[in-house]
Parts: sequence; C-alpha cells; structure tokens
Amino acid sequence: MSTEPVTMMVEAIRLDFELGAGTAQSRFLLGLADGELRGQRCPVCRKVYMPPRGSCPTDGVPTEEEVLLPDHGIVTTFCVVNLQFHPAAPPAPYVCAQVLLDGADTPLFGLVAGVPADEVRMGMKVKAEWKPREEWTTNLMNIKWFQPTGEPDAAYETYQEHV
Amino acid sequence: MRDIAVVGFAQSKHVESDTHHNEVEMLMPVIADVVKQSGIGAKEIGFTCSGSCDYLIGAPFSFVQALDAVGAWPPISESHVEMDAAWALYEAWVALQHGDIESALVYGFGKTSTGDLGEILNLQLDPYTVAPLGLDHLSYGGLQARAYLDTTGRSERDLAEVAARSAHDARDNPNAVRRGEVTADDVLGEPPVRSPLRPFDCAPITDGAAAVVLAAGDLARRVCSRPAWIRGIDHRIEAHQLGVRDLATSMSTALAGDTAGVASGAVDVAELHAQFSHEELILREALGLGDEVRVNPSGGALGANPVMATGLIRIGEVAHRIHDGSATRGVAHASSGPCLQQNLVCVLEGTD
Repeated sequence: MSTEPVTMMVEAIRLDFELGAGTAQSRFLLGLADGELRGQRCPVCRKVYMPPRGSCPTDGVPTEEEVLLPDHGIVTTFCVVNLQFHPAAPPAPYVCAQVLLDGADTPLFGLVAGVPADEVRMGMKVKAEWKPREEWTTNLMNIKWFQPTGEPDAAYETYQEHV
Repeated sequence: MRDIAVVGFAQSKHVESDTHHNEVEMLMPVIADVVKQSGIGAKEIGFTCSGSCDYLIGAPFSFVQALDAVGAWPPISESHVEMDAAWALYEAWVALQHGDIESALVYGFGKTSTGDLGEILNLQLDPYTVAPLGLDHLSYGGLQARAYLDTTGRSERDLAEVAARSAHDARDNPNAVRRGEVTADDVLGEPPVRSPLRPFDCAPITDGAAAVVLAAGDLARRVCSRPAWIRGIDHRIEAHQLGVRDLATSMSTALAGDTAGVASGAVDVAELHAQFSHEELILREALGLGDEVRVNPSGGALGANPVMATGLIRIGEVAHRIHDGSATRGVAHASSGPCLQQNLVCVLEGTD
C-alpha cells in the first residue's frame, strides 16, 4: 500500500449562468440590431456613456436619458496586433482601437481597417463599416470595423480627457 | 465603546428571478433610498462596505462593478467582504469604533436565479473529500435537519409549523417572494426535496439587495428620532468539516449570543437567518429565545432569500421595528457557510 502523500487530484468544476444584460445594455444591444448606437447621458455630470451602463459611476445615479450617437468619431488610442486571434479581423498586422464616437464621453472598442496598420494615428477620424443589414443581430460585431474618413485629424486637446 | 446605531434600512422588492435588471440596476434604487432615509448626504458618508459573492454572478470583481451604484467620485473609502453583508456591517462597525469617521453605508446583493445555487454552494465545502461527493445546500441542510430531529425527538410537523408561520408572516411583508396561507398540513402534503425537508422548509430562490446606514453618537441622534443602537455584536465560526461538528446544535451561535449580550435584557423581536425551518429551531435554542419572543415577523429567509443580503436584512428588519417604535430591544442573527457554520449575533436597542 502506498504511503506517498497525495499531491494532485482532479475534480472537474463547471458552473453555468444565464445572465441578463440589464435594462441599459439591453437597450443598447437591441439598438444595434436596428443599426442604432444608443448611449445614455448622466443627469448630473452630463457625460454620455457609450455603451451605456445604466448608471453613472461618478455620480451613482441612473442614466435614463437616451442619446442616439452617430457611427463616426475619432481614434483616441490604439494598438497594433501581430497575431491573428480576433475572429473578424483583417489579416495581421491589424489595429484594435478605442473609438470615441462624436458626442460620446467614453470610447467604444473597435477594429480599424482600410488603412495600413502603421498609418493609424491618435486623433484619426473614422467611420463605421457595417456588415450587410441582413446580418445584423443584437451584437456589436454588426460593425465590421472603422475606417478613416480622410478628414484632418482631431487636435489632441479636443480629446485628451477621453484617452 | 462608541455608541453606533442603524439609522436607515432599505431593501428591494425581492423577486424569484429579475431578468430585466443587472446587479447595479437592482442596487441603485436601494442605495438611493437608504441614503435619503438616513438624512446624511451621500458625499458625507465616511465609509462604504459591501457583501457579495462573485460565484453568484459568475464574474470576478463583480463588487467593483457594483460601486457604479454608489458614485465613487471623488474617491471614497471602501471595502468589501466575500460574505453576507451582515459581515460588511461588522467591518463598518469596527471602522466606526476607530473614531475617525461618523457614518457608514453597508449594502449586499445577490441574484440566485442566474446560476444553480446548489452547484455554487457545493463549492464552499471541503474540496478534497466532501465537495466531490456532490452535496448541495439542500442535501447538507437535510443532514442537519435529520440530526436535529433524531437528537431532540421533535417531528417533521414541528418543522412544518415553522414553515407555515413564516409564510403567514411574510403576507405582511411586501418585499417577500413567498407569501400566503400555507398550513402545516399543506407543508407536510408535499413530498420531501431532501428528507426530512419539504419545499416550504427551504428558502426560495431570490434576487434582491439591501442596504443599511450606520451612524455614531450625536450624528445618529440628530438624523434619526429613534436610532437602533448596536448594544452588542459578535461572530463565531465552527469547523469546516461537517463530520466533526454537532449538527443538532449551534455552539457558535450560543457563544456569539452570549458575547453580544442577548440574555442581558428582554427580547421583543428576533430576526434569525434560517434558510431552513429546522435552522430556526436550532438558533432559538442556541440563543435561549423563549416562546414569548416574536421570531421572524418579516417571514425571515423562508419568505425571501437574496443570498449575501439575507443576513443584513435581519439586522435591518429589527432596526426598522425599533425605528417605528414597535420594538424596544431585538436580536438579529446572520449566518454563512454550510449548516450554520458561521454565525453573527447583533443586539439592537431603542431608547425613548
């Protein structure tokens, strides 16, 4: 009979959850299915959250006022990815960016394409490239990526508090 | 010791499954309500402490996300316990004893509808020799109920009467999820879920939240016409391994009750964190509460069990009855872990 201490045991653990997105994020996700970008404004600090969280973490109050945002904005910051791991990304190297939609105070995550990765810049103006309408679901992946509009870059001072 | 009182209490209207609101959306109105009730400005509150469990939500650091409901700017002094929020209240009480803050916000929240509570609570057991056996909370609750009945000679009808009285009392609690007239015969008419426990002997699946505001000395007197003073509070823990404990009694509750001073005055009301009917009987005995003590007038955890807030609600329910003058001295109890492993007892008193 072995007297060796047991140093390893395998116990498979799995937990399944059925989570609700919540009222605010449900509004946001349902909007995406209609090609709308629904943000929410804080009644106290007036900041517009995108995507909305249902509350303003600064003021601790509900953000009930809905604000429709356009599908264009600026790249506040970005990184170049050299591994092909994002399922919907263009061939590497590709760019993941924080995109501040015009009128929003928090940036949205998105891919940037239609421009070589080494030409993407902070302050670059971009616009969403949507999938064909018949493929839209309640998912942010409806936006394939953002691509440059060719307009002049935004000055750093105009977005520095959102970086 | 500094005089510290509960000056505000709020809870959600609990439901069996809230599919519309996330945790932050569930918490926000409760926190807004309790802060307003307390008469203390949100930005004046000296310390914030919460109790919740990441396993219930299936997400790490969910308590950080929950701070969205508080408004943590400018930065606040904040802490969290991965336990029922009654223990968050204990931490806040200790912080207030230090003397450098005057008030604290305590909250707890839990959605038990999103996962399988039995599978989640299995994971709090000894991971080598007990959890792999697949025991859920109903199973070890059943083990304890059987140990209690066989040791004391009490019957399944005694359990059924606790369940029936709880359902009856919960009728007057608009926040309870299980309310209505159920007789002991009705309870006994259902087949056991884990013998000897039947469906009404077990707390319902519940989504909900609760919050309390504590204030010290003069601030408490200024903002509350009848503060619920914490006269004693203590918590004790027993061995983790179920096999080395006497499951038919609760030594840790008895000890916490003694230290908190339960017996040093008459008790008008007691709110006990009993998630099964037999637990109420064990706890009554451990705390030496006689038949004259009104136990769980809210319907208790058998009426609503938003896990991680249920214990804090016991403190809030007693405080509420002191605030409105319907009670003068009460006992609140909170529990955590399998088979009443950890127990907290809080004695509250109002003065005229």
